[in-house]
Amino acid sequence: MPQLRLTGRGLWITALIVPPLAFVALFVVYPIISAFAYAFFDWNGLLRGEFVGLDNFHTVLFVEPYASWTRNAFSHNIIVFFALMVLQNGLGFFLAYALWRELPGARFHRIAVFLPVVLSTIIVGYLFKLFLHPLFGVVNISLRGMGLGELAQPWLGQSSTALWALIAANAWHMVGFPTLVFLAGMQRIPTEMLDAVRMETRSEWVKITKIVWPLVAPSATVVFVLLFVGAFNWFELPYVMAGLDGSPFGSTDVLGLYFYRTAFGNVSSGQQDFGLGSALAVLIFLFIAVIAGLITVRLRAREIQL
Amino acid sequence: MSTVTTTYSDRPGLIATLGRDGLIQIILIANTFIMLAPIVIMIFSAFKTTPQIFASPFGIPDFTNLVNFSRIWTQTNFLQYLINSFVVTGASMALILTLGTMAAYALARYEFFGAGFILMFFIAGLTLPLKLAIIPLFMLMRDLGILNNQLSLIFVYTAMGLPTTIFIMTGFIRTLPNELEDAARMDGASEARIMWSIMLPLVRPAMVIAGIQNVVPIWNDFFFPLVFIQNDRLKTLPQGLTTFMGEYSTDYGVLYAGLTLSALPIIIIYIVLSRQFISGMTSGAIK
Repeated sequence: MPQLRLTGRGLWITALIVPPLAFVALFVVYPIISAFAYAFFDWNGLLRGEFVGLDNFHTVLFVEPYASWTRNAFSHNIIVFFALMVLQNGLGFFLAYALWRELPGARFHRIAVFLPVVLSTIIVGYLFKLFLHPLFGVVNISLRGMGLGELAQPWLGQSSTALWALIAANAWHMVGFPTLVFLAGMQRIPTEMLDAVRMETRSEWVKITKIVWPLVAPSATVVFVLLFVGAFNWFELPYVMAGLDGSPFGSTDVLGLYFYRTAFGNVSSGQQDFGLGSALAVLIFLFIAVIAGLITVRLRAREIQL
Repeated sequence: MSTVTTTYSDRPGLIATLGRDGLIQIILIANTFIMLAPIVIMIFSAFKTTPQIFASPFGIPDFTNLVNFSRIWTQTNFLQYLINSFVVTGASMALILTLGTMAAYALARYEFFGAGFILMFFIAGLTLPLKLAIIPLFMLMRDLGILNNQLSLIFVYTAMGLPTTIFIMTGFIRTLPNELEDAARMDGASEARIMWSIMLPLVRPAMVIAGIQNVVPIWNDFFFPLVFIQNDRLKTLPQGLTTFMGEYSTDYGVLYAGLTLSALPIIIIYIVLSRQFISGMTSGAIK
């Protein structure tokens, strides 16, 4: 009887665990492992050619014109990451601090700041593209209405402003996320600790830098790492607002667009190269994994256990 | 006497507090205005003609003017896109919650060889950016014969959603007490019956959190349809939107109406369930 029960139980557990395991193995783990393998082969359209070792990696990193495309896209991802670090995470921290005081209306403000986060990036991208239209966009119409017509620009049409317009749209879309993660971190700070600080100082600045900021370190770690991964996976927003080529003149090109173009081709050139695309994917993947790992370890070290 | 003294000495502090709170309130109101203004302008513009949008972009429109909406309804595949998004999201969510609960239940309630390894395997899937594996995924879908078929999306979304779901649900199911289960087992109930009638009703709160965390990214996803789906009749809402925005590129009223219609379902659900949305969507980042 116990023996029979054990096998019945074993079958039951197997029946529960195998279907979900199969899904993750087939559609997550297998493709990711394959992506590494693909990068070492020459590809002819959808047909795998011969093994070429590190040639594809060499091409995207050192052979022109790929090398400068890679550098150009990578440099834009770096700008996006640091700009959003200030505009999204920095602003999010101060908004969280403001919401934390639970002044009248805090609940409403909290719901409002998170509302854009639930919207699709496609909707947000098109909305800002319409707002930034040089002639019919709300932004330029408002500037002209305020007598600041000379400030009106083709925001998305010139290299000097296009990337920044995209960054602003992203910050508007996502600022609610770090805000509410930081807010949850602040709400976990024990009241006794805050009361103790209040006895010591009246200065808000001292309170923020000496107490709140160190104590929300776990939230900061998560928010920084997620922003890093997000900034180097950036695709939808530039795709919608600037197009697959990162127009104008590649000034908004980022690794995500460049990878997609290389792998699947674009409207102007149907050329697709799975070998070079996979090499790019592997490099981006390794870069994200290594740096995100380093950020996590560094930031975890300064976290304080409450 | 002492009370009076305290009040007196606190007065400058009180004024400072009021001033500071006032400043914070102004900042919050300004921020909320910035957050809501684009959405309000979008909805207002959906009721205007293109010349009206140009002449008074902030003016309150005539809300009975539904021309833009009726054009979308009659001249585009918008309804089809909406239905497709419901089908894909609904099927993915059903699979995620069913399979996720199954795995989490097995991992949380039974001790068996390899359980720790299997949990690690699922959790590893949490951190992998699957977008970068799009080339092998494309080839896999082609080999399975489901390119240009919504099954490709449903399968990828399910596999992507399972790690977070299993992570959340395993943690939750572990906290449930053993007594009910043991009592039922004494009475000779089968393992399946114990899971279905006794434990599952208790895991609903975790299912809501896991559900919301997955439903928003799946409903909003654009990348996988872009690669897997070409047939216009099969496109999801975000993907269909890109087709539609290209076709009507000069008709601003219709464009804003399309964006409004796409955004409205999720905005309404969010306003009704804001607490669950916020805790669901930030639960991965808050420990």
